[in-house]
Amino acid sequence: MTLVWLILIPLIGGLVSWRSDRYSSNAPRWIALVTMLAALAFALWLRATKDFSFTGAGFTAASGAPHWTIEFRAAWIPAFGASFHLGLDGLSMLLIVLTNLLGVMAVLSSWHDIDRDAGFFHLNLLWNLAGVVGVFLALDLLLFFFLWEVMLVPMYFLIALWGHDAPGGKTKVYAATKFFVYTQASGLLMLVAILGLAYVHYDATGLVSFDYHDLLGTPMAASVEWLLMLGFFLSFAVKMPIVPLHGWLPDAHTNAPVGGSVDLAGILLKTAAYGLLRFGIPLFPHASLELAPLAMWLGVAGVIYGAVIAFSQNDIKRLVAYTSISHMGFVVIGIYAGTEQALIGVVVQMVAHGLSAGSLFILCAQIHDRLKTRDLRDMGGLWARLPNLPRVLMFFALASLGLPGLGNFVGEFLILSGTFVVAPWVAIVASSGLILAAVYALMMVQRALHGPAHGAVADTSLTFGDLSKGQLAMMLTLMTLLVGLGLHPQPIIDVARAPVHAFNAIYSFKDTAINDGVLAPSGVTP
Amino acid sequence: MTNLIPLIFIFPLVGFVWLTMTRERMTQNAAAIVGVGTIGLSALVTAFVGYDFLTHPPAGGTYTQTLWTWMQIGTFAPTFGVRLDALSLTMLGVITGVGFFIHLFAAWYMRGDDGFARFFSYMNLFVAAMLFLVLADDLLFLYFGWEGVGLCSYLLIGFWYKDPANGAAARKAFVVTRIGDTSLIIGLFVLYREFGTLNIDAVLHGAAATWMAGNPLATLVCLLLLGGAVGKSAQLPLQTWLADAMAGPTPVSALIHAATMVTAGVYLIARMHPLFDLSPVALEWVGAVGAITLLLAGFAALMQTDIKKILAYSTMSQIGYMFLAEGVGAYSSAIFHLMTHAFFKALLFLAAGSVILAMHHEQDVFKMGGLRTRLPFTFAVMLIGALALAAFPFTAGYYSKDQILHLAYLTGHHDLWLAGLVGAFLTSLYTFRLIFVVFFGPERWRQSAHAGDPHPGHGASHQIPLAVLAVFALIGGIIHPPLAGVLPQPIVAEAGGWIAYMPEVVSIAGIAAAWLLFLQMPQLPAALATNPATAWLAALWRSAWGFDWLYERVFVRPFVWLSRINRDDPIDHAMNLIPNTLSGLNVLASATQNGNLRWYAAVAGAGLCVLIAVVAFT
Repeated sequence: MTLVWLILIPLIGGLVSWRSDRYSSNAPRWIALVTMLAALAFALWLRATKDFSFTGAGFTAASGAPHWTIEFRAAWIPAFGASFHLGLDGLSMLLIVLTNLLGVMAVLSSWHDIDRDAGFFHLNLLWNLAGVVGVFLALDLLLFFFLWEVMLVPMYFLIALWGHDAPGGKTKVYAATKFFVYTQASGLLMLVAILGLAYVHYDATGLVSFDYHDLLGTPMAASVEWLLMLGFFLSFAVKMPIVPLHGWLPDAHTNAPVGGSVDLAGILLKTAAYGLLRFGIPLFPHASLELAPLAMWLGVAGVIYGAVIAFSQNDIKRLVAYTSISHMGFVVIGIYAGTEQALIGVVVQMVAHGLSAGSLFILCAQIHDRLKTRDLRDMGGLWARLPNLPRVLMFFALASLGLPGLGNFVGEFLILSGTFVVAPWVAIVASSGLILAAVYALMMVQRALHGPAHGAVADTSLTFGDLSKGQLAMMLTLMTLLVGLGLHPQPIIDVARAPVHAFNAIYSFKDTAINDGVLAPSGVTP
Repeated sequence: MTNLIPLIFIFPLVGFVWLTMTRERMTQNAAAIVGVGTIGLSALVTAFVGYDFLTHPPAGGTYTQTLWTWMQIGTFAPTFGVRLDALSLTMLGVITGVGFFIHLFAAWYMRGDDGFARFFSYMNLFVAAMLFLVLADDLLFLYFGWEGVGLCSYLLIGFWYKDPANGAAARKAFVVTRIGDTSLIIGLFVLYREFGTLNIDAVLHGAAATWMAGNPLATLVCLLLLGGAVGKSAQLPLQTWLADAMAGPTPVSALIHAATMVTAGVYLIARMHPLFDLSPVALEWVGAVGAITLLLAGFAALMQTDIKKILAYSTMSQIGYMFLAEGVGAYSSAIFHLMTHAFFKALLFLAAGSVILAMHHEQDVFKMGGLRTRLPFTFAVMLIGALALAAFPFTAGYYSKDQILHLAYLTGHHDLWLAGLVGAFLTSLYTFRLIFVVFFGPERWRQSAHAGDPHPGHGASHQIPLAVLAVFALIGGIIHPPLAGVLPQPIVAEAGGWIAYMPEVVSIAGIAAAWLLFLQMPQLPAALATNPATAWLAALWRSAWGFDWLYERVFVRPFVWLSRINRDDPIDHAMNLIPNTLSGLNVLASATQNGNLRWYAAVAGAGLCVLIAVVAFT
């Protein structure tokens, strides 16, 4: 039941928050905050008391069933062989802690942002978070798909109801619809692939099941494996997002309310990486390995494409959205490189990006609150006007450009060095992302903070103060975590080690591919 | 005593954190005490540790201490570990010693600036980052300091952030050096792939054990490291940021040019020298880069009118000598020159700062003149610095440069020797051009718009740093860093004959030529600069060989163009073809539903015909 509570806490909290609307306009906020704090505390307690160090069986059927720190199974739809099957390992633990932490931040940052229907807003936010936690736990493919949709629908409402129409740009409804259509269409592909996989499994064994353990290692023809793998891959590629399937993300961010953006960038994108690590690749190892070179180059394309476009954005929030595409490109590269070091890097990068991108979106909202604009052409010289906000923004800009000492550097370094071992050219070309990140991050700092007071900053009719004590405390917490991750990432690494080992085992039969030169196009020989 | 090593960088870090937290709430005096005092304490600890190190040398000449493990993945475990040997000790001395006097001077120079505390917080962080770099026992930790140095240079060059030009110079410094950094980190990837570790000792041992001399991978790694070194040390082809870096306050220039930053590349190559020794090709590249840079920068310095830019190009040129020395295997001489250069270049920059403030923020040397009677103290120390830079016999710069040229010749690198000799002549020429134009001749500042009598600097924090550094610039050549155990020196027979005296001859000839050209017949250089036959050359030198012009067109503008045309995300637009096609079909299909009975009947009839036709003909 422990695992069920991880999902139930935000689910119930959301309901209570919604109904409390009638008593006081602040009640939903407090209830949501307390709920998420409780969920965070619960997750941290699990992390502290349970053992995640297990390093044993891999994912391949030959080496036995995967191992879970906590497992829960209840009957759901026995006729279909679908059960309510949850499992927690180090990877899901880390991502759940991240989800609940950023959930707290999302509630806090929405405190003054949401001025109507706060109850319904928090219902959507918390149900979305519950869906995400469920996705990180589900071990039954129908259940996984169900929860995948559960986190999608509330996000649609968050954008469509509480979003902002971009001035001179697209409407929030357009952005919400685009988000919905992209993810729904890709979700459909995944559903088809899930049903196909279950059918293939039934065909081979005569057993109807959607259970992860059963479906692992299902024997199938190479062409079938490719088709099914593509169904999963495309679905996760949209969510990640992998260029060229990223179109929904900048619009969704541009129009989403701040809480939605924190949720989207910090948490939702990670479900795609998790999905690939948990399902997309282990279920279809051969086809995935054949896809790996292409997938890594798609990651490289994302790194560069996102960074190049970010540079010339005028809307600061849209700029940050494109940097997310760039940073998630590194995650794609690391997942398909598959070395232990690259995979650990993927986990660190996900946590670091969740913290830094989430913080940047909060800061974008703080700037908008004060200047009533997010257009970089209409700001400048904020450094002289406020003491703290510019420094905090500078800090996260530096995190974004991968300054050593902050978490993002650890992630990117591990991914690139781990990738270099198997695919040197991928790592070398992707390293150009480090230069491009400096270009866009420093340009953002210049346009927003430096130079003479300009535009809205110079507008004397606008009176605004610095970050409030609460906001500052929130940012300092996130900054401390990012520095901690940058200087001592070991606690994360230790928890991630067991699942990464298991996942890495899939790549162990890749050695032949390396020798064939498929993955090592360079002349560099070990 | 060696347990105290961490204190060397902890003090500046504390200063940084303290000043960042309290900011302008602190009085300027308090901020100065914190900012300067922490570096002073750090210098004291260095002296203490250094004394202990020299009197009780550890076994093997190296003392290492692991602070904590950064991360551990399998067997890969980069650490935050410090390593003290004669090389890092020499660097520590330069960084904290020279750094302290620069900080002290800055307390005078920056007095009254709005961002006084912010300035010192960045300066302290700069010193701390540089200390990480030279103390690091692990290449990843070294990279940590390496990037930290880049960050601080960005913060300090753009310190006066209200002027967008300063911001542009700061970004240029960061991005250009980061191109080098990326080359360096790719080098680290190769080393990790080969040896599974980035610990400096382990890497060097591994390389020595597995790579024969001339191994292509060794060459690859060395060239990648060289890529990092040329970025930080402002050598060809990544030298362009250094001249713009003058946008920062003058003490920053002194810190970048003397104690930190630009020496990082020289240090990296010296630190990794066993690797470079495995690759004669890479060493040739190091020497060639140094030689070409020192010549190009020397010519560029000749045509500058901004006092700080003259000194900036001279730094580029002097670092070129250090690369040249490393290229011929004279690592110890390179570090020796690094040290003496730190003395006299810090002195020259601080003296230049004194002149600039005296002239009410005027930096154009041709709007100065005759200042030796107005600013006698500054003149005296600047002259000493200039003599040392020109390697005038028995000054500090003389010993180190003489050694480099000497070894270049005797190791058979006659081309590098010749380049160095020409460069030495240029150095004397442009240095004394500066001295003669600024301190001798007519008092041109009387004609300038914001004329006002030069007001000499005063106060202990102005005089002491200049005086102390002047003493070091004069006699610092007698300090011989105890590098023998760490860095090899080529073994050569003593040279005889006229070759040994060439550096002295050239140095004095350069000064004489400067005297002739810029004091006795100033119309001659002016005529050359305007004569159509030579003016193009003058323009080329003035623009430092047009690298900025070239890079602007080859890299910057294409990138900005690429980014601009992609601003609206063309891939997203391409994906929108799907919904657009669907809506187009929707319009077409809707058009058929027009409620017109005759149209329906006609379509139904036509459809029937088609159906019959299909059935009949198949």
